[in-house]
Amino acid sequence: MSAFHYAACGALFLLGLHGLLFRPNLLRKLMALNVLQASVVLFYILLAAKRGASPPVLSGPGPVEAAAFINPLPHALMLTAIVVSAATTGVGLALLIRIHRLFGTLQEPEIREKTGLS
Amino acid sequence: MGEGRLFAVVLAPLAAAALSLLLRRVPLGPPAVSVLAAAIQFSILLSLLPGTLSGLPAETAALPLAAGASLRLRADALGLLFALVSSGLWAVTAVYAAGYLGATGEKRLGAFYAYLGVCLSAAAGIALSAGPLSFLVFYEILTLATYPLVVFTGKPAAVAAGRKYLVYALGAGQLLLVATVWALWLAPGAEFTPGGFLAGRASPAALSALFFLFAAAFAVKAAVMPLHGWLPSAMAAPVPVSALLHAVAVVKAGAFGFLRLTGFVFGPALTGELGAGRVLAWAAAATIVIASLRALGETNLKRRLAYSTIGQLSYIVLGAALGSTAAFAAAAFHIAAHGLMKITLFFCAGGLYAHAHVEDVSEMNGIGRRMPLTMGAFALAALGLAGMPALAGFLVKWNLGWGAADAGRPLFIAVLIVSAVLNFAYFFPIVHSAFFGKGGGNLRLEEPSAALWGPPVLTALGALAVGLFPDAGASLYRLAWAAARACAGGAP
Amino acid sequence: MNALPVLIVATPLAAALVPPLLALASVRAAKAWSLAAQALCLALSIAALRAVLAGGPLRHALGGWPAPWGIECVLDAFSAALAVLVAGLAVLTTVYAWDWEDRRGPVREGAFQSLFLLLLAGLLGMLAAGDLFNLYVFLEIASLSSYALVAAGPGREAPLAAFRYLILGGAGATFWVLGLGYLYALTGTLNMADLSSRWPAISASPAAAAGLGLMVAGLALKMPVFPLHGWQPGAYAASPPQLMPFIASAGSKVMAYAIFRLLAGTLGSEGQAGRVLEALAPVGLLSVAAGSMLALTQTDVRRMLAYSSVAQLGLLFVGFSLGGRWAVIGVFWHMLAHAVLKSCLFMAAGSVARRRGSCEIDDFAGLGRTAPLTAFCFASAGLALIGLPPAAGFFGKWYLLRGALDAGAWVSLSVVAASGLMTALYVFRLLERMYLAPPPESKRVEPMGPWGAAPMLALAVAAILLGVFNQPLIAAFIEPARLAATGGRG
Repeated sequence: MSAFHYAACGALFLLGLHGLLFRPNLLRKLMALNVLQASVVLFYILLAAKRGASPPVLSGPGPVEAAAFINPLPHALMLTAIVVSAATTGVGLALLIRIHRLFGTLQEPEIREKTGLS
Repeated sequence: MGEGRLFAVVLAPLAAAALSLLLRRVPLGPPAVSVLAAAIQFSILLSLLPGTLSGLPAETAALPLAAGASLRLRADALGLLFALVSSGLWAVTAVYAAGYLGATGEKRLGAFYAYLGVCLSAAAGIALSAGPLSFLVFYEILTLATYPLVVFTGKPAAVAAGRKYLVYALGAGQLLLVATVWALWLAPGAEFTPGGFLAGRASPAALSALFFLFAAAFAVKAAVMPLHGWLPSAMAAPVPVSALLHAVAVVKAGAFGFLRLTGFVFGPALTGELGAGRVLAWAAAATIVIASLRALGETNLKRRLAYSTIGQLSYIVLGAALGSTAAFAAAAFHIAAHGLMKITLFFCAGGLYAHAHVEDVSEMNGIGRRMPLTMGAFALAALGLAGMPALAGFLVKWNLGWGAADAGRPLFIAVLIVSAVLNFAYFFPIVHSAFFGKGGGNLRLEEPSAALWGPPVLTALGALAVGLFPDAGASLYRLAWAAARACAGGAP
Repeated sequence: MNALPVLIVATPLAAALVPPLLALASVRAAKAWSLAAQALCLALSIAALRAVLAGGPLRHALGGWPAPWGIECVLDAFSAALAVLVAGLAVLTTVYAWDWEDRRGPVREGAFQSLFLLLLAGLLGMLAAGDLFNLYVFLEIASLSSYALVAAGPGREAPLAAFRYLILGGAGATFWVLGLGYLYALTGTLNMADLSSRWPAISASPAAAAGLGLMVAGLALKMPVFPLHGWQPGAYAASPPQLMPFIASAGSKVMAYAIFRLLAGTLGSEGQAGRVLEALAPVGLLSVAAGSMLALTQTDVRRMLAYSSVAQLGLLFVGFSLGGRWAVIGVFWHMLAHAVLKSCLFMAAGSVARRRGSCEIDDFAGLGRTAPLTAFCFASAGLALIGLPPAAGFFGKWYLLRGALDAGAWVSLSVVAASGLMTALYVFRLLERMYLAPPPESKRVEPMGPWGAAPMLALAVAAILLGVFNQPLIAAFIEPARLAATGGRG
C-alpha cells in the first residue's frame, strides 16, 4: 500500500494520542483511546492488503496460488484486538457512569476541584 | 579450631539482648544478664589469646554468603585486641548503666540493655571478621543497632541527632558496600591478610580511588574531619551510650577499619606507594589539631569530651596511615588506651550529671572536693589522654613519635606535641578548678552510689596499670605489636 | 508435549467463573474456592518448575497445531520460577484478605474473587505465552481485571484512579501491538522461537528499533518506570488495601519479564535489541532518582510505597542494560526480593488502613506500641529494602554492583549505591514516626486476626532468611533462570 495510507494511519494514531493525553473531558479521552486502537487495527490491515488479491477463500479443488490471496493472519489478530478494544471501552464506560454519579460531571478539571485530587 | 568459642563471642551479647527483653520486669535482671554475658565473653576471649599469640589464631569455617565472598570469624591479634577491649568495657558499662539509669529515673532497662547487647555483638563481629564481607555485615548491623540508643530519650534533640547519625552512617555504609564489592571483585574470595591483598591487582589510579572510598566510609564512624558532624550531636544519647558507643564500640569500629584497611587490605607498602598514606596522615593530623581547638571552645562537658574523642581517634588514623611498625602498634594500642581513658571521662561526666546535675565546665568549681573519687578518676584519665608519662596515653604518643620518625616524617612529632599541649589546655583547667576552684564548699564526701563511681575508678586504675606494666603477661600491648609486626611482614 | 503450561493458566481462568455464583450462597465459600484455585495453581507451577529444572522447557502446542503456525505455550526456568512467585504471592494475599469483609455485600465479594482470579490468569498467561500476540492478549486480561479491581477500592477517588489507569494502560497495550506490527511486517512471525531465528537477518533495521521501542515503552508504562508512572500512585492509593500486596508486587515483575524475554531472550541482545537494552539504562537511572525523591515528599504511605516501586523498578532497567552474568543475577534477585518486600510492606500498610481508615504518615505514629507486630513487619521489610545486610535487598545490590564493575559502568554503580541511602531516607521517616512518636488517641484500634498476621510475618521473616540463603537459591533457581532468559549468552 502507498505511503499515503500509512501516513493517514499515523495521523490517526497521533490524533488519538493527543486526545487521550490532553482532552479535559473523560468521555472524549475514552473515545480518543478508541481512535488510537482503530489506527493500529488499520495498520495491520494495511500490512495484509495487496492490490488485486482476494480474501483467502478457496473456491474449489486444484492448485492454490498463495500470491493471489491476501494474508489472513493480521485480520485474525485484529479480530482479537477489536474484542479487547470493545472490552476496554465497556469497562471504561462503566467507570464513567460511576464517576458521573459520584461527581455529577465528566470534566476532569471540575472533578479535580471537587475532590482536591491531583 | 575454636569455632564454637568464636561463635559464642558474637552470640553471647545477642543472647544477653534477648534475655534482657525477657527479664525486663525483674529488678536488675537486664544488667545482671549483661555482666554475666560480658564475663563469659571476656573469658572466652582470654582463652583464645594463647593461640593468637603463638601465631595460630582460632577461626571458623567459611560460610559462603555471596559468590566470591564468605562470612568467617578469626581471632587474629588485632581483632582480639579490639574484642577484648569492647568486651571488658561492656561489663563495666553494664554496671554503670544500671546506676545511671536508676539515678535518672529511666524505666526501660530491658530495651536499653537489649540494644546495647546487639551493638556489642556487632562490635565483636567487626573485631573478629576475617574478611571484608563479614566486616561489612557487622558494620551495618552496628550502624542500625546504635540508632535506637541515640534516640533513646525520645527528646527532639535526640531525634534530630538520630537523623543526622543515620544520614552520615548509612551514607558511609553505601560507600563501604561499593568499596567492598570492588575490592572483592579485584581479588575474588580475598580475606584480610597481614600486609594486604590488593598489590598489583589494578592500576594505581584505581587502587587510590578504592583506598579513598574505603577511607571515606571509615572516616564517618571514626569522625575524621570533615565527616565528624554526627558525633557531637549524638551526645544527646544517655551517658552510658556515649561512654561505650561513642568512645569505644562505634567510633573504634571506624578507627579499627582504618587499621584493617592499611594493614590488611592494602598493606603498608602499597599504602605508601600510592601516596594515599600521606594524604590520610595529613587529614588525621589536621583533625587532631582542629578537634583539640574545638574542644577548647566547648563549655558543655560532654561536647568537650566528644571533640576530644574526635582528636584522639585520629591518633589511630594517623598511626594507621604512617605505615611504620611502631606507628601501627601505637595505633592499635590506642584502641585500648583511649577506650579505657575516654570511657572513664564519660562515666565521670555521667556521675556529675546524674548526681550533681553538672553539665557545664563552668559549674565544676570545687566539685572535686565533694566527689573526690569521681573527679580523681577524671583527673587520672584526663592527664593520661594528654600523654602524661606512666599512663597509657604516653606509651601511644611515644610509639607514634618513633613511628613518625621511622616513616621519615618527623614533622608529625610536632603535631603530637601541639596536640599534647592542647589536651592539657582543655583538661587541666577542669581538673584544677574541680579541686582548687572557689565555691563548692569544703571537703565533704558526697559521692553518688557505688555503681556510678566504681566503674570510672576501675577503668582509671586499668589505664594506669596498662601504662605502668604494658608488657606484663599476654597483654594488649603485645597484641598490638604482634599485629603491627605481622603487617610489616615480620620486620621489627 | 506437556499440559502444565496450559493448565496453570486454565485453572484460574476456569475457576474465575464460579465465585460470583458461590458468593450468593456463602461469601466464605467463594473465598475458599478462590483460595483453593490459587493453591492448585501454585502446586501446578511448582510441578512445572521442577519439571523444567529437571528436563528443560515445557512446550504445549494448542490444538495440536505445531508452532509457528499454531499457538504455543512454553515454560522455561525463567517463566516457571516467576509463575511460582506470582502464584505464591496470590495465595498469600488471599490468606491475608481472608477475614476482610466487604461491607457492600456478597455480589461484590464474588465479583471481587472472580476478578482476582482473572488477574492471576492474565499474569500467568503472559508468562506461559510462546508468542508475542498472545502475550498481548493475556496482558489485556490482566489489565482489564486490574482496572476493575482498582475501581472496587473503598474511596470516592477509586473509579477516577481506575479510569486514568485504563486510559494510560490501554495506550500502553496499543503501543505494544503497534510495535509488534513492525516486527511482524519485518519477519512474518509472532512466535518467539521462530522470531529468534529470523532476527539476525533484520537486526540492524531502523524499523525494528522503532517497533521494539514502542513495545518496550508500552510495557514500561505498565510496570511502571519514570516518567510513565502517572497512573500508578493514584491507583495504588485507591485500590482495595487487601489486594495491594499482590497488585503492587506481581504485575510489575511480569512486565519486566516480558521486556527482558523479548530483548535479551528472544532477540539475544543483538543489533537494535541491544541498543534498546542500552537505552534502558538512563530511563532506569532517572527512575531511581525521581522515584526516590517523589517518595520522600508523599504523606500517604501507599503513594510513598508506589513511588518507591518506581525507584526499585528503575534498578531492574539498570541491571537489564548492564547485561552480563552478575548484573542479570542481581536483577533477578532484586525481582524476587522486591516482590517479597513490597508485598510485606503493603500488608503492613493495609492493616494500618484497616485499623485507622486511612494510610497517612500520621496514622503510623506510635505503631510500635499500638500494633507491635505490624510495626515489626514494616520495619523488617523496610530495612531489607534499604539493603542492609544480610537481608534480601542487600544481595540484589551486591550483585548489581558487581555487574556494574564488570561492565565498567560507573554512573550505574553510583546510582545503585545511592539508591540505598535514598531508600533509607523515606523508610526511616516512617520508622521514626512508628517508634518515637506518641500514638494518636482519638482513633479506634482493632487488633489484626491471625489470617492477616500470618502471611505478613512470613514475608517479614523471609525478607531476612532469603538474604542469608541467597547462595543456594541463586544456584538452584536464578542461575537456571538466567541461562534460560539469555539463551546461555552473557
